[in-house]
Amino acid sequence: MNPLPPPGTPGYTQALLADDPIWLTIVKVVVVFALLLVMTLFMIWLERRVVGRMQQRPGPNWNGPFGLLQSLADGLKLAFKEDIRPVLADKAVFFIAPVISTIPAFVAFAVIPLGPEVSIFGHHTALQVADLPVGILVVLACSSVGVYGIVLSGWASGSPYPLLGSLRSAAQVISYELALGLSIIAVVLYAGSLSTADIVSAQQNGWYIWLLPVSFIVFAISMVGETNRAPFDLPEAESELVGGFHTEYSSLKFALFFLAEYVNMVTLSAVATTLFLGGWMAPWPLSLIPGVNSGWLPVVWFISKMFVFLFVYIWLRGTLPRQRYDQFMRLGWKILIPVSLVWIVAVATLRVLRNQYGTISAPVVLMVGAVVLVVAIVVALMLPDRAADDDDAGSEPPVVGTYPVPPLDLTVPTSPPKRRRAVSRGPAPETAAVGSGQKEDA
Amino acid sequence: MTTTIGEAIGFWILGPVALAGGLGMVFSRNAVHSALWLVLTMLSLGVIYMLQAAPFLGFTQIIVYTGAIMMLFVFVLMMVGRDASDSVVEVLRGQRVAAAVLGIGLAGLMIGAVAQSVGVPLAAGAPSGSNVGGLGLLVFQRYLLAFELTSALIITGAVGAMVYTFAGRAKSKAITQKERVAERLRGPLEKFGSRSGPGVFATADSVATPALLPDGSVAPESLSAIIEATARERLGHATELSRPGDEHDTAAHSHHAERGEIQGSQT
Repeated sequence: MNPLPPPGTPGYTQALLADDPIWLTIVKVVVVFALLLVMTLFMIWLERRVVGRMQQRPGPNWNGPFGLLQSLADGLKLAFKEDIRPVLADKAVFFIAPVISTIPAFVAFAVIPLGPEVSIFGHHTALQVADLPVGILVVLACSSVGVYGIVLSGWASGSPYPLLGSLRSAAQVISYELALGLSIIAVVLYAGSLSTADIVSAQQNGWYIWLLPVSFIVFAISMVGETNRAPFDLPEAESELVGGFHTEYSSLKFALFFLAEYVNMVTLSAVATTLFLGGWMAPWPLSLIPGVNSGWLPVVWFISKMFVFLFVYIWLRGTLPRQRYDQFMRLGWKILIPVSLVWIVAVATLRVLRNQYGTISAPVVLMVGAVVLVVAIVVALMLPDRAADDDDAGSEPPVVGTYPVPPLDLTVPTSPPKRRRAVSRGPAPETAAVGSGQKEDA
Repeated sequence: MTTTIGEAIGFWILGPVALAGGLGMVFSRNAVHSALWLVLTMLSLGVIYMLQAAPFLGFTQIIVYTGAIMMLFVFVLMMVGRDASDSVVEVLRGQRVAAAVLGIGLAGLMIGAVAQSVGVPLAAGAPSGSNVGGLGLLVFQRYLLAFELTSALIITGAVGAMVYTFAGRAKSKAITQKERVAERLRGPLEKFGSRSGPGVFATADSVATPALLPDGSVAPESLSAIIEATARERLGHATELSRPGDEHDTAAHSHHAERGEIQGSQT
């Protein structure tokens, strides 16, 4: 076995994990699997409670403390439901699609570093199942395989609405995976490595959310699109496509899709934490305390940062209306991707200038940025305002011709005394009973 | 260079799987099944690359080929229809013969290349540095010109596809939501407002027109107190006394005959 490189250098975690005995790896895999299952149950509960709170109703609060066991009960109920397969369904594909969509969601979590080096039963190891030299690509690969589950489920159902849902899903994931990949590139440029553990240790002196804000915003938007969550839940838009790709699914197969959606949310939140929020490192005021970034404590930081993203997912769902399909595509192709491309060019240029000449200091960068900003604002001010002349044209009231309209000076008379008496005399009027009451009156 | 045990085990598992995927693709009757078999082959190839210490290549294979290119194929196949199968009519003349000749030629070339490489020792090791770094150095320094030429070719192809897609299509201005609403309000009167639902007997949509009950009498609830023409006290009593439902019916029927319309809602 090769000697370990010094801690903190690239490839350290990889070498550390290579020494893991097989039982330790199995324990880690089981723990991560269980963690994701529990997170799914918890997230379903949390989502219902938070959305309930936003809609001023209690949400599930009956089973267990705070209703925590509600999702468990729902999961059990789902398992006992009848499993229906449509006659027109493609048997094999219909069966395998939920499996394809679930497995990659779990696999992707293997490369997420949950914490630094710890000692488990005397073995020094990192809190991570595997650290590949191309770790972050594993996440992209898993999401691109996982979407096959959605696409195939819609096709195999043999009915039109699921097919439409899966067509939307295919287009959506291809578009947003590009934006997702482009936003990762800037992080990789700065960290100098594709390995997730190295990316975390490269953020020792500052999280990438401050250094690369544009990448972070693009990543945050496209990760919502990638997980099919509101406001980008077009493949399962219930007001347009019944249930979308999983309309024909029931029982445990449907449960697998549900599981996959929530595990994907958790995984992508973990990836965002790893890439932009410093992974398991403690947030700023806490990070001043010595020893806070070692041992088992960082798992707490990691999970809490992850929950920030998960809460935002729920928040978005409770707040925003679903986007129209063409607006969604326009956002992806005409805004996110060009912005990411320009940003990558800028970041790469800065990197090269700093590495090659070393004279580019922070004030110079800020000056150049200020000049660019001023130029952009001036250009934006000089562009003709299209909306202005539109408003002029639309200011006249529309001509309605011979359509019967009430006169503009119509005064609405007060209710006739007869009706007022009827209302006050009768029992408390219900909305449905108003019509019949009037009929008696007349 | 020798193969490790893990590599050998991986190869003997994944090799047959990849082969089965290829055969399944050729012999599947359904186009989407064919595409799925091909996905299986591509995934196996990706994992084989990873086993041979080229993880970057392996994952790129999965992301690009499986995730993007095959997804586009599946997309198109699904658009075509789930039960669509190849027609057996030969559109291009002699294409089968040409395809057979070219296929055999390609197979011959590949067998020759593989046979030649069996006896020859392989190039010594991977490039120095990490997987990604080594590849980056080769692509962006040593073979920069070839790389740029290839990318120019690909971009030309992409632009060409765009031109063919949008050629001949009139450049229409995108209609915003605001403009659409304005157009709807200013448009022909039939589009304005809603019509009576099917099965409803009505000679007009206006609130000034009273609704009729099944026996032809005026429904008192439909009379508005604030519209003078249908003042409830006046019209309500009048209709109850004289039962003018038949008049309404005949008027409506003659009107339909005049306009020749199916909808019975406009007077």
